[in-house]
Amino acid sequence: MSQTSGTIVGVNGNMITVEFEGAVGQNEVGYACLGDLRLMCEIVRIRGNRSDMQVFEDTSGLSVGDPVDFTGELLSVELGPGLLTQIYDGLQNPLPQLAEQCGFFLQRGTYFNALDREATWAFTPTAAVGDKVTAGEELGSVPEGIFKHRIMVPFRVSGTCTVESVAAAGGFTIEESIATLKDEHGNTFDVTMLQRWPVKVPILAYRERLRPTEPLVTKIRIIDTFFPVARGGTYCIPGPFGAGKTVLQQLTSRHADVDIVVVAACGERAGEVVETLREFPELSDPRTGKSLMDRTIIICNTSSMPVAAREASVYTGVTLATYYRQMGLNVLMLADSTSRWAQALRETSGRLEEIPGEEAFPAYLESVIASFYERGGVVTLKDGSTGSVTIGGTVSPAGGNFDEPVTQGTLKVVGAFHGLSRARSDARRYPAIDPLESWSKYESVVDAESVEVGREILRRGNDIGQMMKVVGEEGTSQDDFVLYLKSEYIDGTYLQQDAFDPVDGATAAERQHYVYGVMTGFLKASLQLEDKGAARRFFHQLTQTTRDWNRAEMGSEEFKEIQGRLEQMVAEVTVNA
Amino acid sequence: MHKVYHHVHNIAGNVINIRAEGVRYRELAEVTSRNGSSLAQVIRLKDDEVSLQVFAGSRGVATDAQVRFLGHAMQVPFSEALLGRIFTGAANPRDNGPVLTDNLIDIGGPSVNPAKRIIPTNMVRTGIPMIDVFNTLVESQKLPIFARAGEPYNALLARIALQAEVDVIVLGGMGLKHDDYLYFRDTLEESGALSRTCMFVHTASDPIVECLLVPDISLAVAEQFALEGKRVLVLLTDMTSFADAMKEIAITMEQIPSNRGYPGDLYSQLASRYEKAVDFEGSGSITILAATTMPGDDVTHPVPDNTGYITEGQFYLRNGRIEPFGSLSRLKQQVNGDTRADHRSIMNTLIQLYAGYRETLEKQSMGFRMSDWDDKLLKYGDRFEKEMMDLSVNIPLEQALDLGWTILADCFEPMETGIQSNLVENFWPKTEVGDQKSEVGGDAPATEDDAPEPELETAEA
Repeated sequence: MSQTSGTIVGVNGNMITVEFEGAVGQNEVGYACLGDLRLMCEIVRIRGNRSDMQVFEDTSGLSVGDPVDFTGELLSVELGPGLLTQIYDGLQNPLPQLAEQCGFFLQRGTYFNALDREATWAFTPTAAVGDKVTAGEELGSVPEGIFKHRIMVPFRVSGTCTVESVAAAGGFTIEESIATLKDEHGNTFDVTMLQRWPVKVPILAYRERLRPTEPLVTKIRIIDTFFPVARGGTYCIPGPFGAGKTVLQQLTSRHADVDIVVVAACGERAGEVVETLREFPELSDPRTGKSLMDRTIIICNTSSMPVAAREASVYTGVTLATYYRQMGLNVLMLADSTSRWAQALRETSGRLEEIPGEEAFPAYLESVIASFYERGGVVTLKDGSTGSVTIGGTVSPAGGNFDEPVTQGTLKVVGAFHGLSRARSDARRYPAIDPLESWSKYESVVDAESVEVGREILRRGNDIGQMMKVVGEEGTSQDDFVLYLKSEYIDGTYLQQDAFDPVDGATAAERQHYVYGVMTGFLKASLQLEDKGAARRFFHQLTQTTRDWNRAEMGSEEFKEIQGRLEQMVAEVTVNA
Repeated sequence: MHKVYHHVHNIAGNVINIRAEGVRYRELAEVTSRNGSSLAQVIRLKDDEVSLQVFAGSRGVATDAQVRFLGHAMQVPFSEALLGRIFTGAANPRDNGPVLTDNLIDIGGPSVNPAKRIIPTNMVRTGIPMIDVFNTLVESQKLPIFARAGEPYNALLARIALQAEVDVIVLGGMGLKHDDYLYFRDTLEESGALSRTCMFVHTASDPIVECLLVPDISLAVAEQFALEGKRVLVLLTDMTSFADAMKEIAITMEQIPSNRGYPGDLYSQLASRYEKAVDFEGSGSITILAATTMPGDDVTHPVPDNTGYITEGQFYLRNGRIEPFGSLSRLKQQVNGDTRADHRSIMNTLIQLYAGYRETLEKQSMGFRMSDWDDKLLKYGDRFEKEMMDLSVNIPLEQALDLGWTILADCFEPMETGIQSNLVENFWPKTEVGDQKSEVGGDAPATEDDAPEPELETAEA
């Protein structure tokens, strides 16, 4: 690899223009030298012997004539055991270590190894000498927390290799060789537990990509029942500010039924990440009883951190997620918010003086969004096991208006849409997912027919509600009024969920199936209620009791008792056909 | 080293171009011309061409002006001597005090490592019930006040400055009318609060570039105070002027505008300022309150819209009162559980009843007959607006909560309020004989599920 170097000839915001001699590649990483400081930057455009580079740090103080070293590498992350529980910035710099060294502030130009070079991992070989292996196949494993962390043939290896030697079981650091491979051309090379991979390139070391079918249970009823997400699928949550996007993502990151969660806080408030940072180590994962942090990686590039690194952060996140997918695990990658990422693209594009598209976003915005979401997916690995990456991204549309480029570009490529509405959040109906506008192409945890029953009632209830605003309650027929109350009932007791209640906060799939079944029975019943007042009183009581039911542990005496009462209440007013 | 350049070959807007070498990005320069001198900052380097943004504006800058580079970026003096002083956006004295030159600090420093942040836990008491009771301000919070241009947002900020329990107040004025500046100065001076205040004021008649510096200077100073262990409240008014100044420079620099002419990095620019709000573990804190005027009372305008995505809630100021609907302090849950047992219930109940009042008003205006309940709501709403919402009310939180109970007791029976019975027993004013009603609605923030949904006024309305 040639060590090309260059000198700065222009500075504009976080964009520098560099004159170079020799060869450089698009998206190659370099370091701009400001005295002793080395500021990481990436080539985004080359014109003749000049390249435009976006700097991942503040550029103050850079001057024409300052040297730039090129590395010959694309922007890459380190992959290996020890990623879990880490808190990284967008460039995979470990933030706690940075804090130890630099104190309160993020000093620019300080880079650390993402993975601990000293730690030893207990390696158990699985490959044998003479085995034929290809990229992504297992050579051995180390335990990482509760997971079996597969040590794989590096993804960049092409063709079939022969295992020349493999280390015996024992402790190794990530830089020590654990195997020697010989490739098709007869070259031998060492394999360590550490490998690097360019973030913007998808990892393709699997056998086949499958259609996502298995539901990913988030334990949020409105999502799992009405707008489900599949493992390996993609979904987006657009919503105006204050509608609860981040809270929804935090809840998902806690309760989702997956092995590993990668949270990419991308250009959002630092305070929100802090909640996750401080609370996750205290919370226990209901599936394993271990700390939630044990299954989490946090990529944190908050709004005041450099913009170019923000653009990198979602790719860093998805690359780490894909790495764990390659071990046959189910990974959920949450990006909050993709609009900030798109804005980072817009800023870069603006500095490059590219011809803008709609709202000054670059013309390639949609294809970039599409290729990002396409990095999700469920795959069969080379050993026959399956792994998945599910991507959920929030979108922060300007003015809460979904008719803008980022939302529209995202809707085209995702499998589920959870649109948050201001009206619902103002009415404190949480989660504020709009039940009429949202959609999902995946399969629900309850059968499609029952879902349709609920949906139909919600739809018609909404129509009647609108009508009632005009003609008043008096002008509404008793039947319509009861239907309206039914829709309010299902909204109030099933769609809305109290995130702070230990039981109601997370509803398992079986419970959703069971409870929704019982409630569909109520919805289908034709009720005989004297007048509107009686109807209102009846539903008020039914709602209140159902809420108590939601708070009772499933299978407990209380649960059964309340269910009995509910059924009794409905039976008393049901007309027997 | 500090070579002097004599040839300005391009002047457009407040940006001048010269040819120079060895200049650093963001470096300061002194531009001296026949009509006086001004500081200027490097905003673009391209080969040997240097673009400089002249703080005092380019009017009168001649092509033979002297440009001397200073070798450092914008700095501001920092010491206790700042307190009680008033400066311009370029940190020159605006009062008749001496120029400060010692202990210069950089402005626009790096952001705080998220791993070093802590979950905020301290309330900032302001003496304004609409804030203390309903949307509690929390130390290290960043909150904008969204208002139309005519609303008394500056008066509100001044009142908060007077009453807030903090150690230091830094006031950053951007595009202030001169009257408003004098109002701030006089109000703080009269009450004696000026001695713990430091003001950086850019008035509408000052050069626009200075407006851009105000938030950075104010926050840099605030940060130093906070690192010394002080609890600092930063008041910024008006952030829309700041955004407009950015727009002006961006257009001059021929940047491609994104939305209504604002530069594409508006969000990042605003965020890097607001995110300076922080609670330093083991040291002081910075809390930011910023007025943001909404052109056309439109919250979807790029400035309030981007602001809303950055800040931890917002206050809407409408008709001279802090609007209870739409206004939100996202951090209030962190503190309002530990103030007094009845805080959350009173907060929810008063607001729900007030929502009922609004609905009744609507019915009344449409000519519907008023029921007994409506009459009670009307009586309640009237008192609530006069005694709680009015901005002149200045009472501590506890007294405000008591006042809430008094108003409730004067207007309703305990059971009508839906407050948990144990709270009613403890707090309902004893003079009134109300029957103890069994629990209604439970604890949590109740949602209105009976009765037609109260039309909470939405933010966009």
